[in-house]
Amino acid sequence: MVRGSIWAVVLAALSVASVQALAQEFNLVIRNHKFEPQEIRVPAGKRVSIYVSNEDGTPEEFESPALKVEKVIPGKSKGLVRIGPLAPGRYEFFGDFHADTAKGTVIAE
Amino acid sequence: MFGALIIVFREVIEAGLIIGIVLAATRGVTGRGRWVATGVLAGTLGAGIVALFAEAIANAFEGAGQELFNASVLGAAVVMLMWHAAWMSRHGREIAVEMAAVGAAVTAGRRPMTALCVVVGLAVLREGAEVVLFLYGILAGGASGSSLFVGGMLGLAAGAAFTALTYYGLVSIPTRHIFAVTTVLIALLAAGMAAQAVQYLDAAGAINVLGGQLWDSSPWLPQGGIIGRILRALIGYTDRPTELQLITYLATLVAMAALTWLAAPPRAAHARTV
Repeated sequence: MVRGSIWAVVLAALSVASVQALAQEFNLVIRNHKFEPQEIRVPAGKRVSIYVSNEDGTPEEFESPALKVEKVIPGKSKGLVRIGPLAPGRYEFFGDFHADTAKGTVIAE
Repeated sequence: MFGALIIVFREVIEAGLIIGIVLAATRGVTGRGRWVATGVLAGTLGAGIVALFAEAIANAFEGAGQELFNASVLGAAVVMLMWHAAWMSRHGREIAVEMAAVGAAVTAGRRPMTALCVVVGLAVLREGAEVVLFLYGILAGGASGSSLFVGGMLGLAAGAAFTALTYYGLVSIPTRHIFAVTTVLIALLAAGMAAQAVQYLDAAGAINVLGGQLWDSSPWLPQGGIIGRILRALIGYTDRPTELQLITYLATLVAMAALTWLAAPPRAAHARTV
């Protein structure tokens, strides 16, 4: 069973590349515990890749129950967040470690 | 300071609930304290290492390393919980009889402790890595750091108190029911973890099926709130589940029940032990 789950992970890792090739890419920056830009417009009904670049020295957690994402991005590094396909609408996200300032919205249209 | 306390507390309660349940499920097993402590210690050490290599992990597998790591950790915990459930189904009755007969000293309780020790370690590892990163961020932030750090430590203490509360809440259940209650809790725990794992695989881009959202209960019971988080840790509550998550959840419960039934000793042997 343990061996089975190891194979599952390997297979999963291999298939990552193939799915990723189809995704459209967007960029987001974390600076002074704020997202820039605070709104990004993405196509509805498609897989989308968002590269989140954390320029602060401290880690941040990109979190959004609406987008079903939870991802830690260490200080001075980049993280890739994959979302969608989304129904048209507004999806809030925030930085869990600085939730009072780090806020943003993904608009799918 | 209060903000830091809340953030750390929120991260700690999930591992705290799991430790509380494991302690309650293993009441009467000799040396269980040592096993659980080993799990917590190994998990904490692992959390430090994971936090240290967070960037390398995140960048592995085309940027899907963190998601695949979380999915593997959850998957391993589900396997361990299933192993424990099967073992308990086979030997639980003997243990109960032995417990009643000799009071303590159940050496036969050794094997499921390894599985549960791993479950505790994995829970602490997953939640702990975030706490370590958060506290490190505070320390690196300088100036106002010390008061935030104290807040973080108080959050950790509150999480430990919550674990104790879970444990004492569970052990106040009459002994004849506690096996049944912890068995159900462990099954729900495993189902919730499996459903979370498939969402991580989806976020990693590894699977891309049945991603449709079934409902949205976030206006009434947001999963980010304290009650939502407790329910999420306990029964795998998600306010916006996908079809695949619900299917995985139910499939894990069925697999757990089937395993328990298959592992149960045959009727005849059963009668002899009783």
